[in-house]
Amino acid sequence: MADTTTVTVSIRRRPSISDPQGATVARALRDLGHNVSDVRIDKTIELQVPPGDPESIRAAVTEMCEKLLANPVMEDFEIVINP
Amino acid sequence: MKTAVVVFPGSNCEHDVVYALEALGGSADLVWHRDTDLSGYDSVVLPGGFAHGDYLRTGAIARFSPVMAEVNRLAASGAPVLGICNGFQILCEAGLLPGVLLQNRDLKFVCKPIHLRVESTNSILTRAAQVGDVLEIPLNSYEGNFTAAPDELASLESAGQVPLRYSDASGNVDEINNPNGSTNNIAAVSSGNVAGIMPHPERAIELILGSADGRILLESFLQSKVSSHV
Repeated sequence: MADTTTVTVSIRRRPSISDPQGATVARALRDLGHNVSDVRIDKTIELQVPPGDPESIRAAVTEMCEKLLANPVMEDFEIVINP
Repeated sequence: MKTAVVVFPGSNCEHDVVYALEALGGSADLVWHRDTDLSGYDSVVLPGGFAHGDYLRTGAIARFSPVMAEVNRLAASGAPVLGICNGFQILCEAGLLPGVLLQNRDLKFVCKPIHLRVESTNSILTRAAQVGDVLEIPLNSYEGNFTAAPDELASLESAGQVPLRYSDASGNVDEINNPNGSTNNIAAVSSGNVAGIMPHPERAIELILGSADGRILLESFLQSKVSSHV
């Protein structure tokens, strides 16, 4: 059994929140001739936690997201517990 | 009126704030962010800078500094609490002010004098000013683009909690005079005895600095304590 479990948290700005970085990159890609209608640049955070019951891990990481990792005013999050 | 000016690792405008408050007749001390007792103070300023390097998001880690429990207590007791620039971001993260500050619309760090129109005098920042006054104050930020959830924004606007908006020298508020993309040109937000402002009034208190228009905002802050005892 592995010493730790890897948990990947994707933090995404809500669709209604503008993403100036994404818009700038989309423009650059179009300048290069690519057919790209939109780009969103988001954040991935990888955590190493002690192995355990996936439900408990999910509950703990959800708390981390709600308290610190994500700002609920502008961001949504998704948690993937790596097998 | 004694003000605690909180210093986080990475704060860099704290001395300017102390200088400005003392120049206006106040008394201010620097207080380290790990301090847990602000009982000797009757107001707080969170100054500009890069608290905790602003890793993750601006203000996200700073809001959990030990001193923030005391900042919350003072805010709840009615004491004036002001966040300038990074301090504004911290107050939003801490939930003491609504909304968030995103990267500037054009992804440019904006560092220049801008104009602000006074929209309301019902805040600790503007009580000594007049609605319609236009102030020239330096702006110095990369993440100064204020936004809020639509219902929050509507409630801020209808409750008169926007004391200052970006404008031109004549007071015209429009998109051309919006330096960072802030929703509705919002430059400052207030909630009772708490306020946040993105430009730096402490850098505009003497004509030798190019403008003394920041005085009226900091004088308002210093007068707020007196009023809260009335």
